[in-house]
Amino acid sequence: MLCDLCGKNPATVHLTEIIDEQMNELHLCEDCARKKSAAMEQQFGLSDLLAGMAEFDKSGGKELDTGVGVKCPRCGLTYADFKKIGRLGCGECYNAFRKYLAPLLKRIHGSTQHTGKSPVKVTKIMKKKIDLQELRNRLQKAIETEAFEEAAKLRDQIRELEKKENAA
Amino acid sequence: MQLNDLLNHTSEWLKGSGPNSDIIISSRIRLARNLDKFPFPHWANKKQGEETLDSINEGEETLNSIKDGIAKSEFLKRTIFFKLDEMDSVDKQFLVERHLMSLDHAQNTENKAVAIDDEEIVSIMINEEDHIRMQVMQSGFNLFEAWNIIKRIDDSLAKDLNFAFLPDWGYLTACPTNAGTGMRGSVMLHLPALVMTRSIDRVLSAISKLSFTTRGLYGEGTQAMGNFFQISNQVSLGPSEDEIIESINGLIRQIIEQENQAREGLLSKNKPLLEDRINRSLGILKNARIISSQETIELLSMVRLGSDLEMIKDIDRRTINELFIITQPAHLQKIENKKLSPEERDVKRAQLIRSKLNIL
Repeated sequence: MLCDLCGKNPATVHLTEIIDEQMNELHLCEDCARKKSAAMEQQFGLSDLLAGMAEFDKSGGKELDTGVGVKCPRCGLTYADFKKIGRLGCGECYNAFRKYLAPLLKRIHGSTQHTGKSPVKVTKIMKKKIDLQELRNRLQKAIETEAFEEAAKLRDQIRELEKKENAA
Repeated sequence: MQLNDLLNHTSEWLKGSGPNSDIIISSRIRLARNLDKFPFPHWANKKQGEETLDSINEGEETLNSIKDGIAKSEFLKRTIFFKLDEMDSVDKQFLVERHLMSLDHAQNTENKAVAIDDEEIVSIMINEEDHIRMQVMQSGFNLFEAWNIIKRIDDSLAKDLNFAFLPDWGYLTACPTNAGTGMRGSVMLHLPALVMTRSIDRVLSAISKLSFTTRGLYGEGTQAMGNFFQISNQVSLGPSEDEIIESINGLIRQIIEQENQAREGLLSKNKPLLEDRINRSLGILKNARIISSQETIELLSMVRLGSDLEMIKDIDRRTINELFIITQPAHLQKIENKKLSPEERDVKRAQLIRSKLNIL
């Protein structure tokens, strides 16, 4: 089969486009497929999708702080840059744009609380905070599943840890 | 070890062993990590382009720091290190074909590198979308094993390197879709019966509703070929790594069951038709004089099914898996040790397949 666009090279990439509910199959050679995908990226790339998700915050009619003018003090990327390219500039950007990123992360992942592994070198204080959060999560689950004995145990553990943290 | 040594080597994930290796080709865990003191690769490159000559090249500094970190890791003693701007296009494509790096990584090679262990279980891309994208591949249905290996590598690197991390948002990545665990678990499945019975669309749409993604043979942006599908998690922040793997495993187990049911259905209702398709595919592979890589993959998929169902007894899964890889463009050119035009490749490909299948 030859490429639908150039008609010269053999088609090795097979695309299904849906335009106005009309399904259209395209058989392309590698070169044409690359051009086509670059065009599609421009039309509707991940960055637009992310930026679009961030835009949702404007709902409600009133003027909202969209953060476009905010700039990361470390790397100089602005929130407007992020909306355009869909990528952050450095780790510090997450702190600089925290207010605007929190709802975005929630929308992407359904959560804003990491419970997985952490770097070995993360300080002990951080580790304690993470443990505390983990215990709180477990307490929440225990309450939801009406495992009250377990919940009482967890509550005591949390109090203990909180006491230590306040003392330190 | 040199790049060419890989040619005579079967990648770990192609061995055709491991749990459920009739339907599951391989399991892969990928972790994204960034150094806290340097800008992410795209931003470092952009800044570098704008600044004066005497300013430090942050992309290069990142690369050197990570290279040192890898050299110090007790788990990465036997890795080879390639700087991408020193590789020719065939060598780069060769690594993509072996799933040791992404297609994206092979383009715009500034300050990019890849480190690969000699068994091809571990590969670490440097300055791709994130500073570090490390992956561990295993044959068959084996995500937890891959996780056990990669978490030790991650810990060993974290001794030397400071990763960008926040207690509440986890590992910080260039794109917020990867933040948190920075983990993507992927399983590559071979689902010929679901495709033949036209049930695959139903299965795939159910998967996407459960916030998992399906990709083709070569990852992001590639079309499914030869009935191969890669399924991976989308959510990376919230659940722990173990929970993410457990959820992928649950989904994969269901798909395996569906594929097995579809295979049984085909066998009981359409056995002659199935036998005909499988044996015709083998016949073409054993006799063709000119064959494209697309056709090769489609036909090998049928032969693989025939081997799974014991309709074809004299060709083992490992040989079939190997053929999928060595018949691809860069592999053919490495084997022949010269540049080949697409037409020349189609002839060489047919020759190679005949030599592998007819000696049996």
